[in-house]
Amino acid sequence: MSEELKALSVDTEVDARGTACPGPLLEAKRAIADCPEDGIMCILSSDEGTIIDVQRWCKKMGHEYLGDYEDDGYWRVFMKKIEE
Amino acid sequence: MSEETMSQEETIKKLIKRVEKLERNAPQDKLCIGVMDGDYDKTMAAFIIALGAAAYDMEVDMFFTFWALPALRDPRKKPKKDFLGKMFGAMLPSSAMKMPLSKMQMMGMGPKMIQAVMKMHNAKSLEELMKDAAEFGIRIHVCTMAMDVMGIKKEEIIDYPHIDYLGVGAFVGMFSEAKQCWFM
Repeated sequence: MSEELKALSVDTEVDARGTACPGPLLEAKRAIADCPEDGIMCILSSDEGTIIDVQRWCKKMGHEYLGDYEDDGYWRVFMKKIEE
Repeated sequence: MSEETMSQEETIKKLIKRVEKLERNAPQDKLCIGVMDGDYDKTMAAFIIALGAAAYDMEVDMFFTFWALPALRDPRKKPKKDFLGKMFGAMLPSSAMKMPLSKMQMMGMGPKMIQAVMKMHNAKSLEELMKDAAEFGIRIHVCTMAMDVMGIKKEEIIDYPHIDYLGVGAFVGMFSEAKQCWFM
């Protein structure tokens, strides 16, 4: 799974490491506007809760959740922006 | 026109009216939070949830009343007050950062400790959360009745872009349109 994710070309990277809830979700919300349609956004977060937060957020907002993996002490969370 | 088409037309008219009424009363993607507790931690929770909802593109209305009003006080602003107002003003926390905790108050040490621990874990302070709330368009409504009772003046309220002053009539109107309403 993480190999596939690593191979993705990321359009928008959001570095939310070092912010606690609700920081990463708010950073994602801020950045999604700049992400192109069908673009890949990757959120870097040191808060494990971000994974399920972003999963649910994508489900509600109509984006596609692609997956996540743990990097060196933080998580990389991948999603695809779908314009409704 | 036959009697049958007449009654069909009437049925359609009735149905349209009903649909219009349902649409008017259908809950919108809004969250209403009533904040009454003057505790630092509970007010923080209210803002965190409000911000989460804003990230979901929900409109958020927060109604501040009674003990929660000091959360909106700006300690640098000192309007003229009568004796009672001054007394109340002195007894109430002068700003959000001076509010007590609901638990582990420990004679005033609790809030300092929790603020230090929160900083250590990069959690946002109430002030920072309020800045985010302003950016995300979260509306704050201040209860004018509680302001009168507690002697809190508009002139001492923080500078916040989406703030207004109203009563329960408006708050009920808001939560009757919202999907969810919480009171804490």
